[in-house]
Amino acid sequence: MLQIETWKRVLIWGLVALGLVLALPNVFYPRVERYNDEVSAGSTGTGWPSFLPSGLVNLGLDLRGGAHLLAEVRVADVYETRMQGLWPDVRNLLRDQRDSVGTIRLLPSDGGELKVRIGSPDGMDDAIRTVRSLAQPVVSLTGAGATDIEVSGTGDVLTVNLSEAERTAMDDRTVRQSLEIIRRRIDEVGTREPTIQRQGQDRILIEVPGVGSADELKEIIGTTAQLSFQPVVRRGVSEDASASAGEEILPSLDEPGVFYLLETAPVVSGEALTDAQPTFDQNGRAAVSFRFNPSGARKFGDYTAQNIGNPFAIVLDDEVISAPVIQAHIAGGSGIITGNFSVEESTNLAVLLRAGALPAGLDFLEERTIGPELGADSIQAGKIACIVAGIAVLVFMALSYGLFGIFANIALILNVGLIFGILSMIGATLTLPGIAGIVLTIGMAVDANVLVFERIREESKTAKGPARAIELGYDRALSAIVDANITTFIVAAILFVLGSGPVRGFSVTLAIGILTSVFTAIWITRLLIVTWFERARPKKIEV
Amino acid sequence: MRLKLIPDNTKIDFFKYRGLTFGISCAAMVASVVLWLVMGLNFGIDFRGGTTIRTESESAVSVADYRTALDGLELGDVVISEIFDPTFSGDQHVASIRIQAQDETESASAEVISRVETALQEVDPTIRFTSVESVGPKVSGELVKTAFLAVAASLAAILFYIWLRFEWQFSLGAVFALFHDVLVTIGIFALFQIRFDLATIAALLTIIGYSINDTVVIFDRLRENLRKFKTMPLVEVMNVSVNETLSRTIMTSGTTLIALIALLVLGGDVIRGFVFAITWGVVIGTYSSVYVAKNVVLWFGVKRDWTKPDKNAGNQFANIDA
Repeated sequence: MLQIETWKRVLIWGLVALGLVLALPNVFYPRVERYNDEVSAGSTGTGWPSFLPSGLVNLGLDLRGGAHLLAEVRVADVYETRMQGLWPDVRNLLRDQRDSVGTIRLLPSDGGELKVRIGSPDGMDDAIRTVRSLAQPVVSLTGAGATDIEVSGTGDVLTVNLSEAERTAMDDRTVRQSLEIIRRRIDEVGTREPTIQRQGQDRILIEVPGVGSADELKEIIGTTAQLSFQPVVRRGVSEDASASAGEEILPSLDEPGVFYLLETAPVVSGEALTDAQPTFDQNGRAAVSFRFNPSGARKFGDYTAQNIGNPFAIVLDDEVISAPVIQAHIAGGSGIITGNFSVEESTNLAVLLRAGALPAGLDFLEERTIGPELGADSIQAGKIACIVAGIAVLVFMALSYGLFGIFANIALILNVGLIFGILSMIGATLTLPGIAGIVLTIGMAVDANVLVFERIREESKTAKGPARAIELGYDRALSAIVDANITTFIVAAILFVLGSGPVRGFSVTLAIGILTSVFTAIWITRLLIVTWFERARPKKIEV
Repeated sequence: MRLKLIPDNTKIDFFKYRGLTFGISCAAMVASVVLWLVMGLNFGIDFRGGTTIRTESESAVSVADYRTALDGLELGDVVISEIFDPTFSGDQHVASIRIQAQDETESASAEVISRVETALQEVDPTIRFTSVESVGPKVSGELVKTAFLAVAASLAAILFYIWLRFEWQFSLGAVFALFHDVLVTIGIFALFQIRFDLATIAALLTIIGYSINDTVVIFDRLRENLRKFKTMPLVEVMNVSVNETLSRTIMTSGTTLIALIALLVLGGDVIRGFVFAITWGVVIGTYSSVYVAKNVVLWFGVKRDWTKPDKNAGNQFANIDA
């Protein structure tokens, strides 16, 4: 008979209540948004009770305006730098072998390889063996067991190539590093909820709400973190001390109130930096090791040789990261920065240094700017359409199925509440097609109820008594409901996997709409009907 | 008093003219392909690359003036169209300007866009640029590929699911009907030269979702009736099934259409193409469930003589929910 255990009833109403509470913040959108901003800024939020959930449906760019960029990282840029960095080592090694290899000359070559002509081709085997000793194992899961460079020789030309495994690993590092830098750049600007994601092998998707134009966004990203090594004239001057020509006053990054007077012309700038890693100095204190490219290394070597005992400043984006005193001539283009670092700080500094400049250029494949007014218009239009659609469907259902239609309507209203609850909970993004998805769900949500009601109508012609008819109606309609919704769900899933941007937003609302409408149709309306049935005990039902 | 769109116990013979309806469907499919090939689709920048700029101004848009202003910039193919929408206020004049992908760059350079904006501002100082979108040819090619992949993958997944739950004839019928819906919709897009972009693909997939929903509901009833009326000719079982589910079909299509029409009229012009595709799809999807999907099943016939009767009709997956 028509029985639903008490625990199930509690569970159903509990889920509904939970969904509605989760959806509640969206009713007070601006207020909750302000509250969330305050909380994320570190202060205690006001204007919204803290015991209530404060998750909101994210509005997509098409609804709130903002900029969207799809950038491709020119990963191959890095190969060239890497190869250039390798040349001094190769040269030094081969020089030691001059007896067997003869003269050494660098040949022009395209980006990813290094070509060296040697004087005596007979010594090629020796040369190859020597250069191979530079190879390092590749550190990545897929490249396990491989080394980073491949050395070969034809005639009197020795060629050094990056191995396939190293290229893959490098590409991955390059994109990750670019992602990190872009994130840091955009966070600095402090806009709300930017989306910065890696897409595929070498692409980065950037979506920032509230930015005026894609151009503005490109500027923010494009500004390379300027790292430089500058001579220190004086430490501890005040902010408004006067600087003579060729000098500038910059604040210290980690010591508030401390300023440095520096020579403006850098000894070496950040473009010359090829790597930075956290490490330890000879006394076991945390430090950061860095490495310059050949030209940077030469300049740095010359400067340190002439200025032992003087401090120089490491400057990032017009702030002095640290100003160590030069202890000795630093030749070879690598050195370490020591200071009063904790291990954590040295790690951060290494990240900062590496994150300084984008490792490779970006090509922008897709740019979209949506003005906030357009978004506001769309929300307005979508809202009105939703309300009109909702009311029309409610009236239609009530006219067609009477009391049962009203039960279905209650379920439908709860359904929309639940959709918003789930969207808020998972922090999904609502886009314009997403609104269309909700409207479509409003239309289709009644389908499961219609199937059941039509079935009850049929069964009540033959079945004995209304209770039996209702029960059979639900039982027999179930397989159609399940099959029909699973197939639609498959489509939503495929849309989610293959789609991007607004299309993906649509698939999310469609999929959630399917889940909630099946839940509301099968459980909520049934529970409403059963509850009503128990109270009214009708002899005859009219559906 | 109940609103009844469909009287009780209808006995409409849906398959009386099955040759004719199926013939019309096939002809429509062929015509769509021809239209598609001859007229081509009006691809948006998602699929062909380029830039669209949406402008809003207080004075009425003068397409001719805009064109003159932009002619000097040598941008290649420029399409300027004025947009009308009932939701616009009186002093809101909207136009869309589409510029073909420029040869030398991936996406339109900021410089090209700012030149266009300056030129237009000279025509009308109140002009504002409410959205600027630019897609490079590299991405647009990939988007086309993924889009077709998405449609194909959906069809394949549905083919598989229906085959698991029903019979292969049903599966074939359902997918043929979906194929029909997709093709005819593309035909409409080609005929009226409605802009075809990523959102349209989403709409096509939604049509697939809706149409299959409808088809499956009737198939489900058919499967049930095939077990109930073991000796009745297939065409009659089908008629009974369609008639029995007719009021549900009309109700659901009705509510969905009500919601979609509200969106079509009031939802603004930005998503109108998208909503139009779905609305059209609901109509064609409802039609194809009966007149295409069932016809195909009728054509192939269904195995009626199951050695193990009743309970195991269908196949081993048919009863998992019962």
